[in-house]
Amino acid sequence: MAESVNDSDAESRISFGDYVVLKRGDVFKSVQVENKKKVIFEKQWFFLDNAVGQLFGTRFEIEAGGSLKLKAAKHSGDSLDSKEAGQDNRHILDDGKSQKLTRDDIETLKEQGLKGQEIVQQLIDNSTTFKDKTEFAQEKYIKKKKKNHLRYDTLAQILTLGNIHAGSKILVFETCAGLVLGSVMERMGGFGSVIQMYPGGGPTRAGMESFGFPSHFHETLHEFPLCKVNALLAGTLDLSEKDADGNRRSESSQETSGVSEERSSEPQSMEVSVDPQEEMRRVERERLREQKAQEKKVKMEEKRKKLASAAALLEGRNADGLVIASRFHPCPVLMGLLKFIAPSRPFVVYCQYREPLIECYTKLREQGGAISLRLTDSWLRHYQVLPNRTHPVLLMSGGGGYLLSGTTVAADAAKTRNQQKSEEPVAKRLKLDEISSA
Amino acid sequence: MSFAEYSEIIQEGDVVIIFLGHESMMPIKVQSGAQTQTRYGAIRHSSDLIGQRFGSKVTCSKGGWVYVLHPTPELWTVNLPHRTQILYTTDIANITLMLELKPGSVVCESGTGSGSLSHSIIRTIAPTGHLHTVEFHAQRAEKAMQEFKEHKVSHLVTVRNQDVCKDGFGITGIADAVFLDIPSPWEAITHAKSAMKRKGGRLCSFSPCIEQVQRTCEALLDHGFEEICTLEVLLRVHDVRAINLPLPDFGPEEGSADTPNTGNTSVICRTATPPREMAGHTGYLTFATKPRD
Repeated sequence: MAESVNDSDAESRISFGDYVVLKRGDVFKSVQVENKKKVIFEKQWFFLDNAVGQLFGTRFEIEAGGSLKLKAAKHSGDSLDSKEAGQDNRHILDDGKSQKLTRDDIETLKEQGLKGQEIVQQLIDNSTTFKDKTEFAQEKYIKKKKKNHLRYDTLAQILTLGNIHAGSKILVFETCAGLVLGSVMERMGGFGSVIQMYPGGGPTRAGMESFGFPSHFHETLHEFPLCKVNALLAGTLDLSEKDADGNRRSESSQETSGVSEERSSEPQSMEVSVDPQEEMRRVERERLREQKAQEKKVKMEEKRKKLASAAALLEGRNADGLVIASRFHPCPVLMGLLKFIAPSRPFVVYCQYREPLIECYTKLREQGGAISLRLTDSWLRHYQVLPNRTHPVLLMSGGGGYLLSGTTVAADAAKTRNQQKSEEPVAKRLKLDEISSA
Repeated sequence: MSFAEYSEIIQEGDVVIIFLGHESMMPIKVQSGAQTQTRYGAIRHSSDLIGQRFGSKVTCSKGGWVYVLHPTPELWTVNLPHRTQILYTTDIANITLMLELKPGSVVCESGTGSGSLSHSIIRTIAPTGHLHTVEFHAQRAEKAMQEFKEHKVSHLVTVRNQDVCKDGFGITGIADAVFLDIPSPWEAITHAKSAMKRKGGRLCSFSPCIEQVQRTCEALLDHGFEEICTLEVLLRVHDVRAINLPLPDFGPEEGSADTPNTGNTSVICRTATPPREMAGHTGYLTFATKPRD
């Protein structure tokens, strides 16, 4: 199979641990390649082990027992031939170079009694489009829609309106399981930094992992908890080193550990019966306890360092962009996080619904500090393009959610409403007739 | 300043965007000693711009004020001098995502036109990628080169003045993505294919007319492209307004001791109305994948 491997192909070969996308027709699924791990896709169970070492884009068949077998590519020559030779339709299915069949073609083949359900699978390269196609495929196959349904054309707008590019410092707050975060990181290419703001315990990144970024990308990713934002803004965020009990580390910490050691040795001297087995067990328990305490200390120190590095990036209040896509009410999130953004930088807020964004818009106009505010949504229409059979197929509208975008500007120190530059024509007030009292 | 990298302070030679108010902006080139006239008065580059922070408010000679913005490809798209019909951000955003553009991507584009998409591509592929753009009109090619230089991105782009259908992109086997916005894209598919990497890549063709799309799809099929898909994307902009709705007067309630006219006679609602006309048709976007050779 791969006797003489071209070096340049090495990075295109599948390895254990890689995230890949399974494709069958219009249906896509993201999975991780793991040793002897069963994977389910399109109602079939199989193992991905035989895919390791093969190139991305390879077609496989599933054999009985669940192992993958390379699909032999038959060289049939020009596709022109297969188009003209109407009888040889089975050819089209088997041929590795075959074009994607349209619904019409498949129907014709079925009528001719062919088992069009030959299982052909592809492993294709990691990319943002997989998730996007998954969204589209979900629409098409009427699968259960996710609660926070972000359509790929909306995602496309977010990334471009937000001017997401290498070398910038971007704040992201999302609850889309890491899809938005991953897309932002892909556009940053490992340059610059991304600070993920998170509610609650910790950031969710499952979707981001599926992108399969090289490890150095992860060094550009930081996180910061929302619950510490106010402290950071007020300058009261406590970033000092702490010991395992969460107490501020000081010279006395050495003493305390010394004391605990002493204390633990005390019972020994008080023991009346010295049972060697009991003694061993006690020593072991003590050792484990200390090991755990040590691990906890290390973890807390790591956490503190991460918090400190994220805080350092934030406190300059000079981030280059802000992306919000969450189930939280966008208004307070936006007003809170905009404080960290430099002037003359874009921000984009996604919301499944329109009204919360109208609130944001209104609030921003009152407060100032933002221009070019736009509330938009996009419509996406697919076309079937075939000779004499060209027509629109699918219209996706409304369900893609809404975006509020704008650009920050220097906030006015002494702001009066009169000073505000009018951005929209004055709303026409409906005249009230004077209602005479009854 | 660069269109591919932010900076904080305005310097001599920068291209900046002056924001004048409701959808009114203009690009200017910052030059020491120069002045720019606006409806609010004159902006003196040396004192009002150079050394100021991007995003600052600038008071003009007549007393009115404006904001000075850092250029971005999106701002450039709505402010650039048109030499041709251009692509707007909505289409550009989808092209960027569906072509999987990112830092390091090598992209081929034809025609360069007014450089709207070009600037966006350059921003996305920086700092390690490259754009090879082909424009058959000599003057437009020259103007594009000039602009890329002024915008400090010329190291990321090569402009070639030739006919892409006859002479291709000038490179082979190195592109991750190819974009076509020409009258007869089907004539350039062979060159597009040879420009792309052996391991495959993505292609996009933009055409205003469906007949062009049909011919292009056929050519793509003939050349072995896969995942051919044609779509159209339209942006709807919502007008956010405060509206005043009067409340009806049903007369005094039975048995009510209240004097009339104490209640509210109208209520203010915040809403967003879609515009009367949807955004016009720009063009159809056809995407395809070149599989591994």
